[in-house]
Formats: sequence, C-alpha cells, structure tokens
Amino acid sequence: MSEKHVDEATGVETTGHEWDGIKELNNPLPRWWVWTFYATIVWALAYTVAYPAWPLLTTATGGLLGYSSRVEIRNELAAAEAAKGDYVAAVQSKTVEEILSNETLRQFATAAGAAAFKVNCVQCHGSGAQGSAGYPNLNDDEWLWGGDIVQIQQTISHGIRFTADRDTRISEMPVFADMLEAPQIEQAATFVASLGGGEADAAVVEAGRTVFAENCASCHGEDGRGSREVGAPDLTDAIWLYGSSAADIARQIRTPRHGVMPAWSARLGDRTVKELAVYIHSLGGGE
Amino acid sequence: MLQRMEVETLDAKPVNSAKQRQPLYAARKKVFPKRASGSFCRFKWLIMAVTLGIYYLTPWIRWDRGPYAPDQAVLVDIANRRFYFFFIEIWPQEFFFVAGLLVMAGIGLFLITSTVGRAWCGYTCPQTVWVDLFLVVERAVEGERNARIKLDGEPWTKRKIMLRATKHTIWLAIAIATGGAWIFYFADAPTLLVELFKGEAAPAAYMTVAILTSTTYTFGGHMREQVCTYMCPWPRIQAAMLDENSLTVTYNDWRGEPRSRHAKKAAAGGQSVGDCVDCNACVAVCPMGIDIRDGQQLECITCALCIDACNGVMDKLGKERGLISYATLSDYNANMAFATGGGSQPITPALVRDTDGRLSSRIAHFHLGKIFRPRTFVYFGVWSLVGLALLYALLSRDRLEVNVLHDRNPQFVVLADGSIRNGYTVKLLNMIPEPRTIFVTLQGLRGATMTVTGIDQPEDRAFAISVDPDRLKTLKIFVRQPAESVETESQIFKFIVEDKASYEADEYTATFNALEVNK
Repeated sequence: MSEKHVDEATGVETTGHEWDGIKELNNPLPRWWVWTFYATIVWALAYTVAYPAWPLLTTATGGLLGYSSRVEIRNELAAAEAAKGDYVAAVQSKTVEEILSNETLRQFATAAGAAAFKVNCVQCHGSGAQGSAGYPNLNDDEWLWGGDIVQIQQTISHGIRFTADRDTRISEMPVFADMLEAPQIEQAATFVASLGGGEADAAVVEAGRTVFAENCASCHGEDGRGSREVGAPDLTDAIWLYGSSAADIARQIRTPRHGVMPAWSARLGDRTVKELAVYIHSLGGGE
Repeated sequence: MLQRMEVETLDAKPVNSAKQRQPLYAARKKVFPKRASGSFCRFKWLIMAVTLGIYYLTPWIRWDRGPYAPDQAVLVDIANRRFYFFFIEIWPQEFFFVAGLLVMAGIGLFLITSTVGRAWCGYTCPQTVWVDLFLVVERAVEGERNARIKLDGEPWTKRKIMLRATKHTIWLAIAIATGGAWIFYFADAPTLLVELFKGEAAPAAYMTVAILTSTTYTFGGHMREQVCTYMCPWPRIQAAMLDENSLTVTYNDWRGEPRSRHAKKAAAGGQSVGDCVDCNACVAVCPMGIDIRDGQQLECITCALCIDACNGVMDKLGKERGLISYATLSDYNANMAFATGGGSQPITPALVRDTDGRLSSRIAHFHLGKIFRPRTFVYFGVWSLVGLALLYALLSRDRLEVNVLHDRNPQFVVLADGSIRNGYTVKLLNMIPEPRTIFVTLQGLRGATMTVTGIDQPEDRAFAISVDPDRLKTLKIFVRQPAESVETESQIFKFIVEDKASYEADEYTATFNALEVNK
C-alpha cells in the first residue's frame, strides 16, 4: 500500500482496492463536509464532558453541568406546583362559599375538581356525573341531602351510610315486605306512581293513599315531597333513583335497596373535597 | 474617436464560474469585487438604504390603539398570540392572512422574475444587501480590490492583524445590530432595548440575537457568493420562471466579438474586431466571481454591476453603452442572427454598424411592451385575485364571534319538574382592544330559558356579559325547556350575540337534545 495508485482515466488516486478490474477512487471529501465532521467531533467531546454520558460500572459520569432529566422533570413539576401555589393555598384556607364567590378561585377549583372527579367518582357516578340506576345523577336539581355547596361538601366528606365515618349520612327505608300485605304494597306503589301525574285506577290510588299516609308519610311527608333531614326522596318529581314505574316502586317498597358512598375527606383531604364540591355544584343543579 | 483614453486591462479571473470553480474539497478562491459606479450601482445604494431602513426602523414606529393594546405599529406578540400590523390586528385563527401574503409574495416573485429576471437576487435579497454592506466596510478598512488582494497574500504583519481585526469587529457590530433589530418585532421595542442592555430580557431574545449575529456574520462576511451558488434554491428554480422575453444581464457578443486587447493594432492589421477590449472590468466588479461573457449562468444574480463597469469603459472608448446590458433572449437571438448574417458566418462587427460607424438601427432593443404577455397576465391575475380575496376577507371579517360546544356527556338532564336541560360551553370572542358588553340571547326553542354560571341573574332568555378587551370569554350556559314545550328529540335554535353599541352581531346554530317528546 505504500506505493501510489493512480487511475489512468481520471487521474485520481485510488485506494489500491480492486475487484474484477474495478478500482475505488480516493476522492477527498468536500471541505464543508470535513469541517462539519470535525465540528461534530468537537461537539460530541464537549457534550460528553458537559452532560451525563459515559457509562461506568454502577453509574455513569454526571457531566460538568450537573444536568439530569430526572432533576429537570422534578424542577418542572415543582415549578408547576409553585405556579398554582397561591390558588391551592387560597382553596385550602377559604370556605367553599368563599371559593364560589370568587370567580378565579371558582374556575380553579372547578378544574381541579373535574380532574379529581375523573379519578375518584366516575366509577359510580359516570364520566358525565350522570349516574345510573341506584347511583344519583349529579347534574339534576334533585338532592336527597341538600344541594347547596355546604351540603354537597358534607356529603362528599363523610359519605352516605358509610359506617366507618361517625358523621356519615344515614337513612334506611324499612323492608315493607315484612310489614305490609302484598296488595297494600301494590296500592301504595300505584299511589306513589300517580303523584308524578301518571294515570291510574282511582280506587287503587285512594287505597294506596291510605297505606301511604299510615306507613310512608312519616319520612316522605304527607304530600310525598320527602325530607332532606332524613334523606327521604321527593316522590312527586320526575327523578327516580330505582325506576319510576309502579312495578319499580313496588319492588323498592318491598325490599328497599340502599346505596353506600364512601367518606372522602380522610382519603382525599379537605382541599380536594372542596374542589369536588365546587365542581359538582357547577354541574347545573347546585343550589 | 482619436482621443480615446487608454483602458487598463485588469487581472481578474472568474474564480466562481462553473468551469473555474474549485472542487468542493479544495479551498475556495476568494472574490475581491472592485467598486463599480454608475446608474445601477446608485440604484442599488438606494435599494439598500430603503430595505435596511425598513428593517431597522419598522419596530420603532408607534401606532395608538388605545389603552388596551400595544402601541407598536408592527408587533408579533407570540406570548399573547396576537399579530399587530398598523390598523390590522389578527388572532391566531386569522393567520391565513399571513399565509395569503406569502402566497402573494411567491406569485409576485414569479411575476417579477418572468419580466425583469432575478431582480430579487440582485437588489433586494437580504444576502445581497448585507454582502454589499459588508463589502463597504471591507473597502473602507482594507482599500480597493488590488490593495485587498495584496493584503490577503501578505504574511500576518502587525498592520494586517490590525486591519483584519478592525474589519471583523465592524462586521460583528453590524451582525449584532442585525440580530438585535430582529427581536424588536416580537416585543415592545423601547422596553426591550433597555432590558437587553440591563441583561433582563428573555433568554430567547439573547439566543435569537446570538443566532442571527452568527448567521449574518458568516453568510455576509465569509460565505458570500457561496450562499447563492451552493445553498440557495432560487438559482435552480429561476430557470422555470424565465423565458425568452425575460430581462437578463447579457453580454452582447454579437457586437463585442471578436474581442481584442489591442483593438487599434488589430484593426490596423486589417483584422475585424468587436467592441470588447477584454479589459476584464466586468469580471473585476462581479461580486459572484463570474465572467458574464460566458453567457447566462446559474451563478449570476443580475446585480448589473458589470453593466455599470462596462458602460464606463465604453464611455472612455467613445463607443455606445450597452455592450453588457439588460436584454431578452429573443432580442439577443435576433441581434445575433443579424450579426452573423443569419448564422452563415462568424460574428462580423461590420454587419452591426452602419457605414458611419454607429450601431445599426436594425438592432433590436427592449421595449416595455414585452412585459405584457400571457404569462405575466396570468401571474398578475392570480396575484391580484389573492390580493382581492384577502382584502375582502379583511374588510368583511368579524370582530365579534361566538363558538358553542354542546355538552355531550350527559347530552341532556331531566330536572325534578320534568323539564329538560342542556349544557353549552359558549365562547365569546371580543376581537377589538376595548371592553364590550355582549348580549347573549336565545332565539327559537319555545319556552326555554337559560342560566349563566357565574352571573347572578335569574333564568332568562337574554344575558348581558361584559368581555375584556381583546379577549375570549368562556361561559357555561344551561338552557332549560319545560317538558310540555319540548317538540322533538333534537331541536334547532340559535345563540345570538350582539354588541348593541357597534351593532356587530354573530350567531351560532345549536341543537337541544331531549330523550322523548312529552305531548
């Protein structure tokens, strides 16, 4: 390889490699290419000194700049936390009513509540808070325990029939299958179904009215409008947790079903509960 | 004719012409353009002054928009996503105006190129303007062409170091000023200037200045003609724009050839000589390092400095100007045919001159009529159409808009009294820099009323909403319709928004969903 090979046709030096008479010309690289190449080498060396690069046995070189992607994400998260720090502190310290009356805080809490809702509440109440049979729709204006912001906060904090929490809301409708005859239950159910304006046999309704007055009015009221004190639902409106037909109502009278909602304040903390309350209040039914 | 002045023959080679150019792996041969003088040169100074003036001064023009908007005439406010151009303010969704202007610029370039050739390259391209500016500095510091060539070949004496340091310092100062001026388009210029010197400006500002400083310094000072020859796509694209009626800088060899450095002697010897005395003036002034006498070539940016140089020589020789001139290919071909007797003989100087020694009246010259041809009409037509469309869009655009998102989950809610409620996210866009009271009204949807979250007002069919200047306001609106009024599962109605002070209005056609129809 010490002697120089020159291609006769082009006058260009060859590498000395030859395959079946075909020779490889040794044209130099364009200068811009060479200089770019050198620049990348310099850059690479500087980079590996400045940034984490060389693997060692158990770790890697840290780089002079002390950069780390984990530190960066930590800093970014901290910066994001710091950016909303004022709002978080305000939500923490203010009452839900104060939060509602402050436009900016209300928007912040609504957004935070919406996020918390998607993680903790959608499993039962649905992604649109629309509920389903047995799980209340949080968009409407019917509230078993009250729909103002404080009552909503109370419900989320301590849950419903969640016995582990001493302040939980408790209501329990008796199993009337043990106390009433089957026809009486049918009559009461027909009467209740008619409260919403449905048509029914007047004689049955009248019989049902009597059964209702004797057995149901103590909780649901003489007029069937329910009571938030004891969590008794309004039976005259269009909203039914377990169905609105006479058959659905009769079944509920015979063997009532009762949903349970956990208490959230211990799990999520006061601030998140406030945010959830503000969010649910914003869904349209808040009083 | 007898008092001809001697014309100096310059030692200049077209080092950047395709034939003589160094291969890419060898060091480039530097171009040392001589200073030209003449009408095109003056025109270039004027263009340089105007373009640099526009570039540096525009961000400092003030334009009063009232207390709620910046008072900078041209401002690209990236942080707030607004673009201000004198009396026009555009929002991001109106960016098509900028796209439209770019389309116009593109078609405009076609139009200009098809008529006057690469005028953009030769006069207004930033690369050309800044290289000219850097050359002014180079001449002022190091002297004219010969002095610069000499200095370049000298060893590194103290004087050379001083001169070079001075030149590069001034170049860098210009480069910094160039990069510095750019950022003023993106923030309030006076404020930013102070911040910049105090070290308080955003890192992006310093970064931008640094990048543009290095590109200006590298492209304008060091790379020069290489940017046009190797990097720029326009020299390649131009071939599709030019036709036989486009003006290009042309060496009229039909009157120049055969060239001779010793024209008198040759003429005395009975030889036929053309007008070119092969003085190389055209090569010496060329900033691209080419010889225009080789014909039209990719490297030529048509700056016309060779025309000035040659005209100066022709004046000295007492000959007509225009040996190198702006000419169209069709004129050139006609003249060439004339000079060669229809191609039957070599170029014969006697054919193009009358007996009194003046150029024949049969020589074809450019006339303005050539600009008007189908191609340019089409370019101009398309250009005008885009322009008129943009103008129409500008004059008829809304400054008050409403966008509505219908809640889809849940689609509707049954309330205790049986009425149906739908939720909507309503976005009001107040696109003027003044606070406004916008009336949002329901149209259609019998018996329906609405509530607006955050507005303490009982259910109604109309709400007055105050919207901040130049801002979007997002409202959550709940529309409720009594059960007995519900007509179909999906009813059409409208949100009307209006500014009763300016009579501006917009509307949005929305649907109202219900599960079943209660008769």
